[in-house]
Amino acid sequence: MKTKSGKSRSVFAHIVLIILAFMCLFFFYILIVNATRSHAELQRGFSALPGSSFVANLQSVLNDPAIPILRGVLNSLIVSGCCALIVTYFSAVTAYGIYVYDFKLKKAAFTFIMMILVMPTQVTALGFLRLITSMGMDDSLLPLILPSIASPAVFYFMHSYMQSSLPKELVEAARIDGSSEIGTFNRIVMPLLKPAIAVQAIFTFVGSWNNYFVPALVITSKNKQTLPIMIATLRGADYMNFDMGKIYMMITIAIVPIILVYLLLSKFIVEGVALGGVKE
Amino acid sequence: MQKEKKIKSISYAKWGYIFILPFFLTYFIFSLIPLFDTIRNSFYEYYTSGLKVIGPKWVGFQNYISLLSADLPKYAWNTFVMWVLGFVPQIVIALLLASWFTNNRMKIRGKQFFKVVIYLPNLIMASAFAMLFFALFSNAGPVNGILKGLGIISEPIRFMESTLGARTLVALMNFLMWFGNTTIMLMAAIMGINPSVFEAAELDGCTNSQKFFRITLPQIKPLLTYTLITSLIGGLQMFDVPQILTNGQGAPDRTTMTLIMFLNNHLKSKNYGMAGALSMYLFVISGILCYFVFKINMDKDPDGSRSAAKKARKLAKKGGQA
Repeated sequence: MKTKSGKSRSVFAHIVLIILAFMCLFFFYILIVNATRSHAELQRGFSALPGSSFVANLQSVLNDPAIPILRGVLNSLIVSGCCALIVTYFSAVTAYGIYVYDFKLKKAAFTFIMMILVMPTQVTALGFLRLITSMGMDDSLLPLILPSIASPAVFYFMHSYMQSSLPKELVEAARIDGSSEIGTFNRIVMPLLKPAIAVQAIFTFVGSWNNYFVPALVITSKNKQTLPIMIATLRGADYMNFDMGKIYMMITIAIVPIILVYLLLSKFIVEGVALGGVKE
Repeated sequence: MQKEKKIKSISYAKWGYIFILPFFLTYFIFSLIPLFDTIRNSFYEYYTSGLKVIGPKWVGFQNYISLLSADLPKYAWNTFVMWVLGFVPQIVIALLLASWFTNNRMKIRGKQFFKVVIYLPNLIMASAFAMLFFALFSNAGPVNGILKGLGIISEPIRFMESTLGARTLVALMNFLMWFGNTTIMLMAAIMGINPSVFEAAELDGCTNSQKFFRITLPQIKPLLTYTLITSLIGGLQMFDVPQILTNGQGAPDRTTMTLIMFLNNHLKSKNYGMAGALSMYLFVISGILCYFVFKINMDKDPDGSRSAAKKARKLAKKGGQA
């Protein structure tokens, strides 16, 4: 009796899981299938089998001067790559400063960062835009990268990580061996933080790759646009009426690289989410 | 010896300030200065009409009042409705999945596969995802095509032309993007519960649902609160999905227009006064939510048992003195 109810429960669980997994994958499946079909084929209705226009769609995307998608990929790579490097390095620097040293404002500094931990950047967007305009940094990639030096959430992650796996005695030992403070950090502490840095670098990269609100306000010229801005221009244009295959192909270019990287690192990433989520 | 130690600690304190300087300098330049500028602008009439710039002229709280009496409550309500529509299924499904995944008695096959798949949408570019949904759910799109092919409908469903349809699509996307993330967070919290508690409950003959409602839920309450509040902050920032799905129009009839879409419109049209006042409303709400997150993170005593003990001790002490 008991095993029977357990069994039906388990069957139910599997059905729910399969439905959810189907929902998560189905849309991407249609996306990829449709990216291989021509506009005429798409007009005729849905088909579960891929078409033969993959190359044609890709070519029409790459040759469209109105939306320089390769330039967009490059811009997105620059911004996301720089952000990932800067965020992880400077968050580790800040966390190390507060974790290792004793100074008067230590507690105040930590409290302040914890207070702004989840403050949305949108609330200061107005002042931010006016500031970078007056600094002559509007319509450049720099204001999308520089502010990430101050990333409270990554700081908090690094600080917790140091508390659990960076013994202060190690810093003392390095000092006795004559290592300078910055040298100790760069040569001894940073290598120890590798697992934390890897997790946060991935999340920062993805977050920055997908970021739309601020870049859309900062960037005005076409050859500086990042991918999300280009996707948004698709929605505004009336491509819908004459080349749907092209639209599906552009969406594919924007999201498939991330999916591929994710599938390669999935186990690591899923563990990283759990690591960041545990509140002690 | 003691003197030397003192000198040493002073010289190291300097390094603390050096290490935290980049963070605070950056935050000061790119967040605090903009914050003060935003506050200042909120009290001015200052906008661009055609090629003409009107203002800046001091108007006090006029911007705040006119926002409240105009569209702001409507957009706040839209944002809230779409958040609820996405969050409720998200938390229910996440709790269900997390308790299944962590239940040793239940043999879920392909657990790792499911975990990887449900987290996937969280990494997808929201704007591209919205564009994809726009294409898929359009009147001549594949979803209508499939439903027609299966004989379920004869006329295409006009998803994006009804308030319920458009809001549900936004909520569905938010749900898909976040339920996997929440599941994994809740799993970590459930696995952090002392297993001997469950073993004892099993020995006492607890059923699965009793274990879930009497042990799991109360134990992970702090994380549930945390998830609720961070999700509220995320909901407040809802922008990419409805913006792309409706091309910034909030169609139909601005019923999917969110607060940040409204802010975006004011920023684009260079209405600094209104954008400033709207930002300040958002700032105050975010500030309150930030405070709760702060409390939860800084609280080393999430279930309140320690503070209760402290209180009891204090009372006892008082009693002793009197």
